[in-house]
Amino acid sequence: MRTYTVALAGNPNTGKSTLFNALTGLKQHTGNWSGKTVSLASGHYEYKDARFQFIDLPGTYSLFSNSADEEVARDYIIFEKPDVTLLVLDATALERSLNLALQVLEMTDRVIVCLNLMDEAKKKGIQVNARKLADQLGVPVIPISARNNEGLDVLSEQLLLMSTGQTPTKPYRMKYNEQLEAQISGLESQLRDIVGDEYPARWLAIRFLDGDRKLIATLKERLKAADKGGISLGTAKALGSSNSGHSF
Amino acid sequence: MEQLKRLEALTAAIPSDQVEDVREDIVGELFKKSRELCSDAVTVTNRELLYRSERLDRIFTSKLWGFPIMLAMLGVIFYLTIAGANVPSSMLASFFGWVEGYLTLAFQAIHAPDWLHGVLILGLFRGTAWVVSVMLPPMAIFFPAFALLENYGYLPRVAFNLDRLFKKTGAHGKQSLTMAMGFGCNAAAIMSTRIIESPRERMLAILTNNFVPCNGRWPTLILLASLFMAAGFSGGAQTFVTASVVMGMVLIGVVVTLTVSWGLSKTALKGVPSHYTLELPPYRKPKILNTILRSTLDKTIYVLRRAIIVAAPAGVLTWILANIYVGDSSILIHFVSFLDPFARALGLDGFILMAFIIGLPANEIVLPILLMGYLATGSLTEVEDMFALKQIFLDQGWTWLTALNMMLFSLLHYPCGTTLVNIWKETKSAKWTFLSFAIPTAIAIGVTFLVAQAARALGWV
Repeated sequence: MRTYTVALAGNPNTGKSTLFNALTGLKQHTGNWSGKTVSLASGHYEYKDARFQFIDLPGTYSLFSNSADEEVARDYIIFEKPDVTLLVLDATALERSLNLALQVLEMTDRVIVCLNLMDEAKKKGIQVNARKLADQLGVPVIPISARNNEGLDVLSEQLLLMSTGQTPTKPYRMKYNEQLEAQISGLESQLRDIVGDEYPARWLAIRFLDGDRKLIATLKERLKAADKGGISLGTAKALGSSNSGHSF
Repeated sequence: MEQLKRLEALTAAIPSDQVEDVREDIVGELFKKSRELCSDAVTVTNRELLYRSERLDRIFTSKLWGFPIMLAMLGVIFYLTIAGANVPSSMLASFFGWVEGYLTLAFQAIHAPDWLHGVLILGLFRGTAWVVSVMLPPMAIFFPAFALLENYGYLPRVAFNLDRLFKKTGAHGKQSLTMAMGFGCNAAAIMSTRIIESPRERMLAILTNNFVPCNGRWPTLILLASLFMAAGFSGGAQTFVTASVVMGMVLIGVVVTLTVSWGLSKTALKGVPSHYTLELPPYRKPKILNTILRSTLDKTIYVLRRAIIVAAPAGVLTWILANIYVGDSSILIHFVSFLDPFARALGLDGFILMAFIIGLPANEIVLPILLMGYLATGSLTEVEDMFALKQIFLDQGWTWLTALNMMLFSLLHYPCGTTLVNIWKETKSAKWTFLSFAIPTAIAIGVTFLVAQAARALGWV
């Protein structure tokens, strides 16, 4: 049986841990407040002939190097390259959620968007057109309600399809102003020469222009490690801090 | 290495003066696009419903009503916990007493030696039985009730209300969230301080977390409050007084937290509080059954298991110490009489201090060790209900002052072993780990000493 890794990303308090629990049967502490998950938790679940290893990333609003948890989430997506990044969006606060979604779509092609809290949205009189959103974002968009176990079958099927490369995606890539775009494309080709297809060159170019020193430092470390025989230190380090003990 | 060199060259070539603008441009574009996508895909059918959370927040976080509502909620939870736990606790205690009788008969039937009966039944079984009957019922009510509030989304509002107080002391507003976690378990709360980005303010949160009573200390507080503080009342009034006393303890803990935070941020951890945004999530009706089930399975059973695992060996140890004689008295008594003069000055006695010392690994076992200490040395009253318990304390010369100071000491003293290990892991600093032990201990000793001296000087005891 093949194992695929799935990273759960999203804003704080959108129900990532609830979805994680619903799928893996584990008991991550859930609660209605931002910042509850402070470290990576992992668990797995099996669907048909595949085994999905889920990583519950800390909830963040952006993936710039603003704080430790943003870095943890971002480094995981870029350097550990999960087979699928599952973006959990809050259907009741879509605009805020989309901010992060657009950033993730710059980083990787293999993205599935979950519109969570659909039950809540319905109660509040908010209708979200998932198909329209999927067309615009260029990746599958699946409405779910993790706490009521709704939409999880469709989600599982889509996870399988995407992991096995049967879902072509065309993720929407942010366009910036002309001046910035000119700088990006110049840098992008130079970066592509250096890192090849190993890392998303356009995204790296944007981070370079943004002056993200921490990312550049991590990238250099990675390249150094790859030179020395490609030992990847990242996974062990990232998972070493899995939620230990119990939290209230 | 080729790759690396070229990357270095590229990094060096980027001008650093325009960095701010780039970030602003990027974020601006992201917001614009998000709004655009939303206006395409989202239809709002009922504007009224959207603002329900905001309307509730106007009450829950209002300057006038915020604090009273908060205190009332906490009070209601304590009241329910104490009122609901009383009967099941007594029932469990008499159930274990009944089992103990049969176990003793079985031991007699097979002519087991006295010491074996002593270790296994009077030490191990009694210790564990006490932990279960005193802790299980309150935890089974408190945890689910708290989890319901948490899942409803009330905790961030508490943080919002307390924010101003914490800011004034130079601490971070999110410290109140980590404090709320401390109600469950200080060790876990230490991990939760990771949500505070600034190292200075995080250290404040770590050093003061211990001043909120954790699950291991609730039973001690509740039991002593109901036996000694509310003794003159009966029925509902008694529960009410007990709940008020426990709540008073929590408030003392909060005051000490704020004072210590203030003191530290003026001295060892100088600095101004950093800015942050606190998100107030929409109120969500929790899945009630699910929440109750989960918090019972995860928290109550977990905590109980931990207590039993630590209590069982501690029970055996205490029994052995109480029954091995050096000279004319047992090791336990030697130890206790060594501690006694100092303990008396704090309004406690040697046994109580001994229980806190042996109880370092987990606060849950302090009370059981104390009971075992008392029982192993004198009156071997069979403990059948909660009121027989009071007699044991009275026989040892307890007064309301002893109970009050034991509660204060429990609230303020050093964190448990697990918490200290976590503090070490999170700070990687021997100095701060030591201080997180020393500061509370000094405060606990100071406060109990002053209270005891004052009460005696005024002739109250």
